[in-house]
This record gives sequence, structure tokens and C-alpha cells, in this order.
Amino acid sequence: MGKHKKRILQLAFFAATYLAVAALIRAGTINDFSFAVIVTICINIILSSSLNMVTGFAGQFSLGHAGFMSIGAYVCALTILRRPTPLGFLLGMLGGALLAALVGLLVGLPTLRLRGDYLAIATLGMAEIIRVVFLNLEITNGAAGLSFIPQLVDWNWLFAATAGTLLLIANFLNSSPGRACIAIQEDEVAAEAVGVNTLRYKVTVFSLGAFFAGIGGALYAAYFYFIKPDLFGFSRSVDILVIVVVGGMGSLSGSVVASVLLMVVSTALQAYPALRMILYSLLLVAVMLFRPQGLMGSKEVADLVFTRFRRAEKTEKQGG
Amino acid sequence: MKKFLSLLLVCCLLLTLFAACTKKDDTPPPADDGDNETPAAETLKIGINYERSGGVATYGNSSVDGILMAFEQINAAGGVNGKLIEYEEHSMDNGSDSAEATTVATRLMTQHQVLAVLGPATSGAFKATIPVANKNKVPVISGSATADDVTGNFQYDEEGNLVLDTDGKPSGLQEYAFRICFSDSYQGTAMAMFAANDLKATKAVVITDTSSDYGKGLARNFVATFVEGGGTVVAQEGYVKDETNFNAVLTRLKGLDFDVIFIPGYYNEAGLIIKQARALGIDVPVLGADGFDSPDLLSLAGAEALNDIYFSNHYSSLSEDPVVTKFIADFKARYNREPDAFNALGYDLGMFVADALGRAAEATGEALKVALEETDGFAGVTGRFSVDAQHNPVKALVVIGLENGVQVSSVNASVS
Amino acid sequence: MDVFLQQLINGLSLGSIYALVALGYTMVYGIIKLINFAHCDLYMVGAYIGYLCMTHAGLGFFPSLLLSMAGCMLLGVLIEKIAYKPLRNAPRISLLITAIGMSLLLEYGMMFFFSPNVRTYPPMTGLMARSFTVGGVLLSMQQVVIWLITLALMLLLQYLVHRTRAGRAMRAVSLDKDAARLMGIDIDATISYTFAIGSALAGAAGMLVGVYYNTINPLMGVLPGLKAFVAAVVGGIGIIPGAMAGGYLIGIVEVLVSGYGFSMYRDAIVFALLILILIVRPAGLLGKHEGEKV
Repeated sequence: MGKHKKRILQLAFFAATYLAVAALIRAGTINDFSFAVIVTICINIILSSSLNMVTGFAGQFSLGHAGFMSIGAYVCALTILRRPTPLGFLLGMLGGALLAALVGLLVGLPTLRLRGDYLAIATLGMAEIIRVVFLNLEITNGAAGLSFIPQLVDWNWLFAATAGTLLLIANFLNSSPGRACIAIQEDEVAAEAVGVNTLRYKVTVFSLGAFFAGIGGALYAAYFYFIKPDLFGFSRSVDILVIVVVGGMGSLSGSVVASVLLMVVSTALQAYPALRMILYSLLLVAVMLFRPQGLMGSKEVADLVFTRFRRAEKTEKQGG
Repeated sequence: MKKFLSLLLVCCLLLTLFAACTKKDDTPPPADDGDNETPAAETLKIGINYERSGGVATYGNSSVDGILMAFEQINAAGGVNGKLIEYEEHSMDNGSDSAEATTVATRLMTQHQVLAVLGPATSGAFKATIPVANKNKVPVISGSATADDVTGNFQYDEEGNLVLDTDGKPSGLQEYAFRICFSDSYQGTAMAMFAANDLKATKAVVITDTSSDYGKGLARNFVATFVEGGGTVVAQEGYVKDETNFNAVLTRLKGLDFDVIFIPGYYNEAGLIIKQARALGIDVPVLGADGFDSPDLLSLAGAEALNDIYFSNHYSSLSEDPVVTKFIADFKARYNREPDAFNALGYDLGMFVADALGRAAEATGEALKVALEETDGFAGVTGRFSVDAQHNPVKALVVIGLENGVQVSSVNASVS
Repeated sequence: MDVFLQQLINGLSLGSIYALVALGYTMVYGIIKLINFAHCDLYMVGAYIGYLCMTHAGLGFFPSLLLSMAGCMLLGVLIEKIAYKPLRNAPRISLLITAIGMSLLLEYGMMFFFSPNVRTYPPMTGLMARSFTVGGVLLSMQQVVIWLITLALMLLLQYLVHRTRAGRAMRAVSLDKDAARLMGIDIDATISYTFAIGSALAGAAGMLVGVYYNTINPLMGVLPGLKAFVAAVVGGIGIIPGAMAGGYLIGIVEVLVSGYGFSMYRDAIVFALLILILIVRPAGLLGKHEGEKV
């Protein structure tokens, strides 16, 4: 298949998804509750695919994604509380994402010299510091958080943000800096030896990941009415990491699949509070024991489907 | 290029999976479609949206224990006007997460078509469900959301009168939000006046649970009232939930001169603060609010540390009101332990909504809202109360005094 | 000065607890390079076992301590065999997620069986309830007991690691697993041994916390676990004396920060200290920095 053909196909798929959901919302098949679930899934897709870019593709183990998410959420919430218009939302979202990227840059410069688990711990510490700052600031209303944030997210915004994030990440990973990042993940020393400025690319991918986490946080604030610092603690970072690893490190479609799957499981278990987290934790352990590489490994859905297509084509030809 | 394509395919997968999931949710009780009157007439559906797992599961589970006991008693006595309350299948966990509280509230209102949603327990999560309630015209009621602005952000004119909208409702009111607990400002103010008038205190120290809006709200109002009355606040300290070591702060405070400590927070930490303060030789009176009301306060602090302790509460276990004595006896029989404030508020919440259901003109959220607003002289465990224009209960507050861990006094306090 | 000394004493008690928990993190990390997130929940389980022994079985302090150490030891080894061993050759991050899963399982399993409510230890009586003043500083018998038990356990650990065959095997495996295997060391047994020791120390810490603060709940391990882990990293992860030093350092810093009126920023200061140390000395205070091998 030619490059252009694939791109057209891909855009067609995105358009179909958009139209299908829009039609279902109009028809009332997707009610408020279903839409709330879709919003959560999309936010999780944005967060997990951006963390996957940093951790799965570029190999920089981060445990502080929730910190960047909170920056996006607070900036966006503070903006739309004052200007509850689509323009305000757009400015808040971009402002939050840019501030998150800036903080990512500042934090990344010193800490990305660290490797592996040390980096994870440093990013964890960074996220905790951000949380404590929000807890003590006057403008963020401390522990009480910001409430009655106008709900501005609709399907158009949500789709644009999610599809945009996925496309930009996929494009980035295919670009020259993206390939440099993947090289760093494969072998940092070798990458450096062939002239890749590793620190520069690591900081780039890290702040790009922070940018998208900021977008995810902004959507969260503009849909769920309420934010407070505790919502963006260590356990949120862990939740995002769980999605990435369960889906498969280095597989964007894995992150998407895992976001959907874990949300469906979580929602189905809402009515069984006592067993809910027990089943969830058993599921985690079971997935890891039986598929340590995650549901998708490092493959994409397209890899699997297209091999099957080709096989089917072949047998058809043989049969015909 | 493969990645692009994969994304598309995944989106399709997302849709199918999701359709499967919603379909499953839509189907269960086939008579759920609102229009179908027959089964809806037999039961009254009430949703329960509480923190059953996660960080504040204790508050959620305690509240639900109280609610369940109330509903069991109502149904055992034949229900409300002959209709049973249906609640078991509408009881959901929000995992102590406010976004999930929003989702659960939406689920209960749109999918389960409940008449009201009880909970969540904490102010933040409760506020996250209020816009959903207003949109779907289904009341949400909390037994323990104490933040001042929960039921609305009200405005007052120069004379201190509530500003009203053209429809006669207070401006800024959250129409479908109700609560049956005191607001933070009410309790904080009451305790500051108690400290100044009854204990003749002039120098106070405040140790706040800074991780909860409850603690911060109480502290703010206590300090404001206490300073206004001529007192000074010598030091303000903070701690976060689940902290266990307060020796550092207390050691520093020991060197200061003060005659009362106010601890706006919950019994878990307050019990330890009192124990550690008494062990360090700090023996001034300690004040608190309804967060102190739990049998665990005694086991945490130990009887010998619990002298000169005063906290505001909804009721006193010394009360001879038959509603209170019956509740305490029933609760002990049902759960084999002493009730705490969350249990009592949960029980009242169940009874309160049942009382309004009995008076509602029809089984709709809108009619229930009107009935809730008209509540007058509801006799609950946590006091006899009416609902005011701001959707807050109007009820008296008692200040309980402890000696050797035992309630020895209860004074009716008032804010004026 | 008195205030400072008093804070130091409080810091030592808190630091002892962190150090005991940090030892488990560091030993497990040293040997299988896993951040064992379930470790902090073993500390919680230890507190519950001690609670059950003291309230329901009516045992005294020391028998309960031994039982909770033994219980945690068993549980730690069991978790390793069931959840970690099958993943020994899997990507390390999968192992990490499994550890997170086990951590959630322990927390919510405990909530399921014992309710999320706090439990309170019975108040201490007799000698353990005493407190005395030395030179203007208030010392409680419980604090002294915590120090002495921590000290004893650390000495015992030093003995086990440096003077026994199993301890030598542990050090060999953490240095080079393959070489150790070639020398005929039973890797599986050594890893189990490490988990057993680390978990027993966590159990002891849990029990001591229960006695000291007399409140326990199923989520009690999360925050101290994070702090103890920070302590292990600050001291140099994988290095046993480093974990002890880190534990005491974090404990004392925390107490001093809240003691001087910055309790709201305490966690931020601890983590800022962590990041600073990582940047200046990436291998921790006592760690040796090794360049990346090609």
C-alpha cells in the first residue's frame, strides 16, 4: 500500500469514528453516562499514550505524569472560571499544556541525566512537590480545590484533543527526533556514540509528554466540575503507568486498548465496592503473569490485522 | 505508517467495545424506561453514591451503614406510603474520586432513573455531583458535606440580608443540592464563642487538618470569630490526613503561652494529637467539632488523656430523646458497635429522604425537591430541624464535654 | 536547645521506623532490581498481626513482635514465589506493575476482611507506659524500646549479611547474579532468603508503629512506604548501611521541618532533598557512582 493511501485510509477511519459517535449522541443512544465514560476513556488515552511516548518509546521511566496533568487542569480551570467561553477554554487548555511543558523542560534538564529507576524517583518527587505547591497556593484554593468549574467539553473538543494527541505522537515518533528517542531507548550509549545528543532529545520528548499530560488535565477540569490537589497524587501517576504497561510499552494502540478495557472493568465493578479493588488488583497481576509484555506487546493493532488480511487475501486467491 | 493505521483500527475497537458495555448497562431491568409506569409505582428508587473504597472509605462506609439501617427499618415497616424503597441495586462506589462521583451520579440519574442520590460524604466529591443534579432535576443530598459553599455561593447586601433572585430563591442557590449537617462556618464560629465565653480563653492555638476543606473551613471561621472577640491566635499549625507523629509540632507549641487548643479535623488524628499533647504535659482544654464524634477517639487517646475536651456535635449520647436512645440501641444491635457521627448522619439522611418522599406530590425528582424544601420540624437523631432557603438544616448545636473519656456535660450553644 | 534535643529524639523514633522499612526496599532492590511496592503493605500486615496477637490472643509485646515478624516473613516469601518469580526474565517494568497489583491486593484484601476503619492497639501498661525526663527532655519508654529493638535488629542483620553463608550468597547474587550461579549458589533460595529478612523487618516496624501511635488502618503503609523508599534512595539503594542512614536522615529532617513551623511544606521539602541528592550524588549518599558500562 502506498504512503498516501494509508494516510487517506487513516483519516477516513478517524472521520468515521467522529461521525459515528456524533450520530449516536444525537440519536440519544449515547446518554450522559455513556458520554462521561467516553470522556474518561479519552482522557486516559491522552495521558497513557503521552506517557507511553516518554516511557515506552523513549525509555525514560517517569512516575510523575499526574503532576503535569495537574498543571494543565489548574491553569485551564482558573481560566474558564473567569472566562467560561470556548475561546477561554482553548486558551486555558493551551496555556496549561504549555506551562506543563515548560515545567517539564525545567525539571527535565537536571533530572534526565539520571537513568532508569533514579529518574522514576526524581519525577515522582517532582510530582509530589507540584501537589504540595497547589495545596498551599491561595489562588488554587488549597485542599478545598476549585469547584463548579463550567463544563465546556463536548464531543468535538474531546475528539479533536484525543485524535490530535494520537496523531501528533505517532508523527513525532516517525520523525527524526522521534527515531533518535527510540534509539536512546534501545541503547543510550550507542546512540550517543553515533552522535545523538541524548540529553536534548530526552528533554524534548519529556516536555512534549508533559504538554499532552497538560491537555489531558485541562479536559479533566473542564468536564468533571471539580479538581483538588489530592486527585493528582502518586496513585494517579501509577494508574497511568498501569495503563501503559498493561497495554504494552511501545504500542500506542496498546495504550488505547488498555484505557478502554480498564475503564470498562472499573465501571462494571462500581456496584461491587467490597470486591472492586481486589478484582482489579488480581486482574493486574494476572495480566502481567500471563502477558508480561502487555496486551499488545510492542505491536500495533494494524500489524496484527494486516497480517491477517494478507493471509486471507492469499487463501482467497489460492481458492479462486 | 503502521502506527497511523493502527490508531484508526483501535478507534473502531473502542467504539464496538464501548457499545457492548453501554448496551449491557442499559438492559438489565427492562422496565427502566421511565415511561413504563407499572413497576415504577411499586418502588421508590434512591441512589447511593459513596466513597466505599479508596482514601476516605471510612467516611463513606460509615455513612452507608447508617443509611442502610434507616432504609431497612422503613421497608420493614411497610415502606413509604406503601411503596418500598429500592436502594440495593442503586448503591455504587465512587472510589473516593470526585470525577468518578460525577460519573456515578450521572449513571444513577440517567440509567437507573433514581429519585434522589444520597452522598458523597466529602464536600469536594459532593460538589462534583451538583451540576449533574441540576441538569437532571434529581436532588442530591449529603449528610456530611460541610463546606460553606456546597448548597450555593450566596450574596448578602449591606444590611446582611440574603440577596434574592426574581423567583424569590436566594441568588446563587444550587437548586437540587441539600444537606443535613452544619456548615463549617457555623461550627467554627460556635466553638470560638464557646472558647471565649464559657472557657474565658484569650490565647488559642489552632492545629488544622490542612488536607481537608472541612478542617480548613473550620479553622478559618474559628480564627475570624475568636480574633473578632478580642482573643489572639498564638500559633496556627497544620497536618495532613493519616499523619501519626505530632510530637514535633507539639514540642514547639509547648514553649508558647496559650490557654486553649482548637483541632479542626477528624478523630483519627485528633485522638493522637490529644494523646501526644497530654504526654508532653500540655494540659489546656482542647476543642474540636463533630469530626471528634467517634468511639475511636477514646481508644486512640486513652481515657486519662481525655480530660477538658469539648467538641460541637449534633446530639449527645446523654440525651434522653427517644429518637436518640432508640437509634443508639438499634445501631448497637445491628452492627455491634457504638455509632459515630457519620453513622448518625447517614441514618438521618435515609429517614430525611423517606420523610420527603412521603410528602412529595408525585414520584419525580422535581416533586421530591419541593418536598425537601418544605421539610419542617423533622425529628432526627442529629436534632429536630427544618430546611432553610439556602437548603441547609436549621438545627441546634450542642457542645459536649469529656472527662476521663466519658461525656459529662452537654451545653446547647448558639451563634448570635 | 531543649526543644531542639526533644525534636531530635522524636526524629530518631520516626527515623528508626523508616530505616527498618527502608532496609527491606534496599535489600530487595539490591538483589532483583525491583522497587517492591508491596513492601509497605507488609509493614501494614505486620501491624495487623501484632494487633490481633495483642487484643484477641492476649499475648504480650515481645511474643506479638516475634509472631508478626514471622507472619510477614512467610507472606513476603509467598508473594515472591507466586507473583515475582515467574516474571524473573520478564521486562522489569512488568515486575513493577505486578508489585503494584500485589500492593493493592494486600490493602483491599485487608479492607475486605477487617473493614477500612482504624483499629487501635491496646494501651501499654507497666514499664512500657512510663516516661521520664532527662535533662529537660521528655523520653517515653516506648521510644526507648523502638530504638533498642531497631538497633538489635540492625546488628542482627549485619551479622546475617556478613557472617553467614546465606548472607555471603546474598551479597554475591546482588553483585553478579550469573557469576554467583556459576559458583554454585542457589539463586532462588537466596532471593527467598532476602525477601524473608526484608519482610520480617517490615513486620517489626509495623508492630512498633502500632504500639507507638496505637492506630492502624489498611492504608497506613502507603505514605511511610513512600518515605522509606525515598530514604533508601537517599542513602544509596542496594546498600544496607545507606538505608539505615537514609531512614534516620529523612526521619530527623521531617521532624525538624514540622518542628520549626513548615509542616505544610514537609513532604515537598523531603522530596526536594531527594531530587537534590540525586542530582549531586546520583547513586545516593553512600553509593559509589559507576559509569555506564558499554
